[in-house]
Amino acid sequence: MNHLDPARHVRGESQYLDDIPVQHGTLYAAVVESPVAHGKLLSIDATAALQLPGVVRVLTAVDIPGENQIGGIVPDEPLLAEGHVHFRGQPVALVLADSEHAAHAALRHVRVEVSPLPIIVDPREAAAQGELIVPPRTFRIGAAEEAWAGCAHVFEGVAESGGQEHLYIETQGAYAFPTEMGGVRVISSTQGPTAVQRHTARVLGVGMHQVEVDVTRLGGGFGGKEDQATTWGALAALGAFVVRRPVKLVLDRMADMRMTGKRHPYSSDFKIGLDADLRIVAYEVTFYQNAGAAADLSPAVLERTLFHATNAYFIPNVTATAYSCRTNLPPNTAFRGFGGPQGMFVIESAIACAAEKLGVTPADIQQRNLLREGDLFPYRQPTEGCHAEQAWNTAAELYDLSARRREVAEFNAAHKLQKKGLAVMPICFGISFTKTAMNQARALVHIYTDGSVGVSTGAVEMGQGVNIKIAQVAAQTLGISLSRVKVESTNTTRVANTSPSAASATADLNGKATQLACLALRERLLRLAATELKINYEGLQIENEQVLAAGKPADTTWEKLVSAAYWQRISLSENAHYATPDLHFNPETNQGYPFAYHVYGTALTTVRVDCLRGTYEVEAVQIAHDFGQSMNPAVDRGQIEGGAVQGIGWMTLEELVFNDEGRLLSNSLNSYKIPDLYSVPKVLDVHFLDTPGHSRAVLRSKAVGEPPLMYGIGTYFALRDAIRAFNPAADISFSAPMTPEKVLVNLHPDFKFTPAPTPAWNSPAPLNSVTTSEDS
Amino acid sequence: MLPFYLNDQLIRTDQPAGSTLLDFVRYHQHLKGTKIGCREGDCGACTVLVGELAPDGTSVQYQSMTSCLTPLGNAQGKHVVTVEGINAARGTLTPVQQAIVQEGGSQCGFCTVGFVMSLTGHALSAKPTTPETALASIDGNICRCTGYKSLERATQHLQQQLQQRPASSPLAWLAEEGFVPQYFADMPAKLTALRSAATGGAEVSEALRPGPGLDAAAAARAQILGGGTDLLVQRPEQVRAVPVELVYDQHSLRGIRREGDTIVLGAATTAQQLMESEVMLAVLPELPRFLKLVSSTPIRQMGTVAGNFINASPIGDLTILFLALGAEVELENSAGQRRALPLAELYLDYKKLAKTVDEQVTEIRFPAPQPVDLFNFEKVSKRTHLDIASVNSAAWLRIEKGMIQAARLSAGGVGPIPLLLRRTSAWLVGQPVSAETVEHALTLAQQEISPISDVRGTEHYKRLLLHQLLTAHFLPLLPELV
Repeated sequence: MNHLDPARHVRGESQYLDDIPVQHGTLYAAVVESPVAHGKLLSIDATAALQLPGVVRVLTAVDIPGENQIGGIVPDEPLLAEGHVHFRGQPVALVLADSEHAAHAALRHVRVEVSPLPIIVDPREAAAQGELIVPPRTFRIGAAEEAWAGCAHVFEGVAESGGQEHLYIETQGAYAFPTEMGGVRVISSTQGPTAVQRHTARVLGVGMHQVEVDVTRLGGGFGGKEDQATTWGALAALGAFVVRRPVKLVLDRMADMRMTGKRHPYSSDFKIGLDADLRIVAYEVTFYQNAGAAADLSPAVLERTLFHATNAYFIPNVTATAYSCRTNLPPNTAFRGFGGPQGMFVIESAIACAAEKLGVTPADIQQRNLLREGDLFPYRQPTEGCHAEQAWNTAAELYDLSARRREVAEFNAAHKLQKKGLAVMPICFGISFTKTAMNQARALVHIYTDGSVGVSTGAVEMGQGVNIKIAQVAAQTLGISLSRVKVESTNTTRVANTSPSAASATADLNGKATQLACLALRERLLRLAATELKINYEGLQIENEQVLAAGKPADTTWEKLVSAAYWQRISLSENAHYATPDLHFNPETNQGYPFAYHVYGTALTTVRVDCLRGTYEVEAVQIAHDFGQSMNPAVDRGQIEGGAVQGIGWMTLEELVFNDEGRLLSNSLNSYKIPDLYSVPKVLDVHFLDTPGHSRAVLRSKAVGEPPLMYGIGTYFALRDAIRAFNPAADISFSAPMTPEKVLVNLHPDFKFTPAPTPAWNSPAPLNSVTTSEDS
Repeated sequence: MLPFYLNDQLIRTDQPAGSTLLDFVRYHQHLKGTKIGCREGDCGACTVLVGELAPDGTSVQYQSMTSCLTPLGNAQGKHVVTVEGINAARGTLTPVQQAIVQEGGSQCGFCTVGFVMSLTGHALSAKPTTPETALASIDGNICRCTGYKSLERATQHLQQQLQQRPASSPLAWLAEEGFVPQYFADMPAKLTALRSAATGGAEVSEALRPGPGLDAAAAARAQILGGGTDLLVQRPEQVRAVPVELVYDQHSLRGIRREGDTIVLGAATTAQQLMESEVMLAVLPELPRFLKLVSSTPIRQMGTVAGNFINASPIGDLTILFLALGAEVELENSAGQRRALPLAELYLDYKKLAKTVDEQVTEIRFPAPQPVDLFNFEKVSKRTHLDIASVNSAAWLRIEKGMIQAARLSAGGVGPIPLLLRRTSAWLVGQPVSAETVEHALTLAQQEISPISDVRGTEHYKRLLLHQLLTAHFLPLLPELV
């Protein structure tokens, strides 16, 4: 069974934010941005803009009726700049006009005067100056500082991973309508409707009940619309609230790239100690997270980096410290993996560093240190149902790791200018919001008198297939056909106080709540059947819309039973609440039981490098993954394939470039490259490991959103392996992404050139009789 | 009024010819299936099909185009197809849509319609289908959920289905199989009627094209607009607001022919037409391999060769290729005076051209390489396909008895203009084909270039990369070079 949406997607009938029919009187909004990355905001002069045809209002911080604050974890982020500006692209004012053209044309006529202040773009520099978002955190187990002396080998190094632009193909946006009660209704492209609601209410100075947020679906989110959709929702709402007309705000691509935060770049120091048998005895790591100019979700991302600092390995002595560093870049935010990938990149770098120096393969170290049942993570949760070794062994056997290795060696011996590289990437990822309180969800299920069913939850559909999974849960629990079930839009008036669709936990939380609601409805209906048919309730069930008593068809069906319930005045609606059991975590001691369960897997990656040109291809990524009992293999396979490729993009092509002034240079699709059809692995195998799943996973089908992204890390290390095959002396820094530039420079480190002594280039044509055709 | 068919509807619009087809279909016609992703031709979410009546009037040739960069004026007299124009009755899917749904090729769905249109364009294409051409049809479509493997599987299924497509009158078969609705069969007649109305009435084209009747000043004001692939990225608001002279469909600017030892191209020739031209393939058999590195299928069907030259990007792929071919351009001013200028002399400085504002490229000529000549094009970018080069380079060498008789090396991304490496090329003439010769040439080349560090690479990288790409040119002659 496929998801419900695709049949509409392929016909172009799925409605996204910009597809909503425009209401009469709608104003279009455009955002005036800070022109510099740091400074004192002296004045905003909109006089000239207001004289342009079609321009209706220009709003600034003084027009905010409530509190000018949208910070979620830390209240450090104004909706519109006030007093100071902290990053280039920070919203300063909002232009409202009769047309989109008029709004955009007015932007450059709003004069923003800023007196510049020093700019920091480097997280280590920020840390050195004490510019921290929150106090540093340290996760500790054992005593690393005492363990070094007993290690046979100790290695230290630096590892750096770059940011990543979400590049959801649907840009950020919102459409707000004033309501008759003095509030607003906001249609938002957000993963977190409640966040938009909460912050909009705060900005407008009204109760949350006066703000309704509705989401049908997103054209991609990947974390970029978890917290950062709030700005646009709140701005559109502010416009609608003040001007009492509908206001539509959709960012164009370059504005979206300039103004929104991305995956956090990290710079980290590592120290790893091994015994003579290559067992990791101790690991010490210090993470410098580039948080950007405001907290956003950075403290939570930082925490997950610490949770995943040891990836899929058991290490008895660990000290992991993390600094969230304030810089003058747009506030960085959630991105699939949420800090986990950044943590894993460092431990994998440490292992590769040790292996290269010891003359063994990284796999020799990786395999020997995989987690086993009952091992403790540094945060003291034990593994339960650990499949780390099963995943590794299955991948190694199924895809014949030793044959792959032999082929690579043979190929490299036979080819001078082409080299292959191989890497194994095990993963272990914890499922749950690490903020324990967020692990709750509600579902509102209505059965209509004709037997059709509407389900509302807090889950936002963004391509991850959560709607089909929820529909499956409802259909399966009620014993009815999937075609009877409709999953409604996500709306704060139907399901309140929701957690965002994030942390891979959306299907688990909302699916479990749906299951509870449907179980209650089912019981109510079957008790009615027992009474009406005078049969024993025990042993009653509904299958294929037929009521069965002890396995045999009873004299009623789904439709009849629903109708009977209505006439008997029995409620056909149910609202259920689910909170993941057993979770606890103490952020003071950094110990507890934060995750419902862990997901495991292993990927083999083979790459081929053109050593003349520095270009490369990912030949194969072969994965053995722990889905548990997958409830929708088609959706789940799509998540694994897509996640792995997105991870490969992060590790290879996707390079964010900011200059020292905090200006984004990779500011469009032509200068920031994400994987295309030809850059995905030629072979991408996904094996469903035979694992039982977990009772805290919906229908024992484990979460699949984030874990596969980290398979992409293997590509970085496979490229390293190939470069070293060409140039064994290569001294390659642990720095991702491994762009073709880094590959080529590492292949040919000795290249020297003599530039021309005088300006090299001279006009070849006579300079008289020339008019220039500027830029055309 | 600008007439064309949008799906099964005749459109007559007075919207500006330089506005985008995307805005017209989404915001004027409210056909919301066509999505906005980037407005620079880099994502394909806005892909539509544009069908042009064949000269004989019996068939319509459809090409995929990114509507964000397609000037509305270029739709004139054509059949524009959006997803709404191929959708079958509610509840049924076309084979293309079915294949994508079945293989799970749609996740968030935002890019999906673009893939549907590109694959439908492939089905409608008159060219034979192969696994490679089928995949190439979606090479301009980006999916950020990165469901490419499932889209690849969907494409394979379709390609197998399409092998049943008869070579003659495939449209009847396609309509029968549900790839397109029945009304497609009527389009040749409808477009023929539009064409005769246009040539009879003349009202259509004259309003848009300042011809010889307009004075020079007016002509100078009009913005020449070809495929839109540069201008509508760089300054869409301006292009929308000014009168434009549309050249994409001017028949006098099309066509590729051989005149003796010279190859002549119309200025509005597209990269796709180059790739498919028998005249070009006869002299440059490797051209399809080179041009696969240039943008994507839809963009190759839109951008013109002269547009690439006049945009004057220091890394223009076609410019670099034609520099090494020794091309010259013919320029015509508004008074009808013509002059020829070597392409290498067109560039004065960054985006500064040795031409007057009213001069327009009409033709491109180059001496036909001989079969014994070596010609090679190299390009490295961050992403191999659909990306702008960090450095690109082309080489043409004529070698007799181990001696270089003539040479032209070009290099892009290493200076303010697309560069002909004059001194290096000149020095090579008369040298033996040897490792020493190459080594010296590589050193000389480093002195002709002045790359700067930018988002496409550091100066050091660009210098190293050019060194490597020049080496690659000589490698077939001297395998021992590396």
